[in-house]
Amino acid sequence: MQSTVSRRGFVAGGATLSAGAIALLAGVPMRAHANPAADVKILNTALALEHEAINAYQLGAASGLLQKPVLEVAVKFQADHKAHRDALASTITKLGGTPVAEKKLDEYAKALRADTLKSQNDVLELAARLELGATNAYLGVIPSFADKQLAKVAARLAADEAMHWAILANALGKPLPGALSFGA
Amino acid sequence: MKAHASACLALALAAAGAAASDAQRGARLYEARCGGCHGVDEHRVGPKLRGVFGRRAGSAPGFAYSPALAASTLVLNEATLARWLADPEATIPGQAMGYRVDDARDRADLIAYLRGL
Repeated sequence: MQSTVSRRGFVAGGATLSAGAIALLAGVPMRAHANPAADVKILNTALALEHEAINAYQLGAASGLLQKPVLEVAVKFQADHKAHRDALASTITKLGGTPVAEKKLDEYAKALRADTLKSQNDVLELAARLELGATNAYLGVIPSFADKQLAKVAARLAADEAMHWAILANALGKPLPGALSFGA
Repeated sequence: MKAHASACLALALAAAGAAASDAQRGARLYEARCGGCHGVDEHRVGPKLRGVFGRRAGSAPGFAYSPALAASTLVLNEATLARWLADPEATIPGQAMGYRVDDARDRADLIAYLRGL
């Protein structure tokens, strides 16, 4: 498959998760909490998603299929997911939970069928699919949090994933989505 | 009279069609809402979903379920899947899925898709 990704089309934009956001995540559970065990389960599912995303970008970066400017953006997005991971793990610990462990890279490779990635476009399609899935997952769990501050954090994480998806979709030449398409 | 009966039949058929679950729409919903965590044939953050219809909850081999789900005796059919998707925690307390499908039509279409996997 011929890549449709151009250096100009793949904009190396987007900010990392701010120190303020990380502080917010880390400082969330400092007050009376309605149901910490239930929130920890949701946060651990989110953490498992972040582990998967980090490893997906690792598989893409190590594939040798990405052009340099695309690789730089993939590494940047992976760094965002590592920031999400650290913030989620910290919050889970503060809530008295145990952060779910990362699996081995080989396990993610099998689950994500990394052996089928044959081109830069394949890698970007996988990344876009995972980012969109994560966006919708974060949006979908917002009503389930007992702690509204955690619901807000989920919305902020969803915004990061949506930003990633938008840049990936643009690089892949996908059409703009309709209004209210995320989470629907 | 004949025309009136035909019109009534057409309306009834249209209503039946509208009420019937739509597996194709369910597939699109699955991709948008479930695909972030679940694979069809691979365990990911959630268990793989091929064969989920008709099997016992928490019984897909090779997936590390929460103790609550692993101990469940719930068999997943149309009625129980609808309950599960509407409120997983109320259906099996202590499970780990925080996602709910609020709309009954969405649940029916998702179940129609899952049934065909």
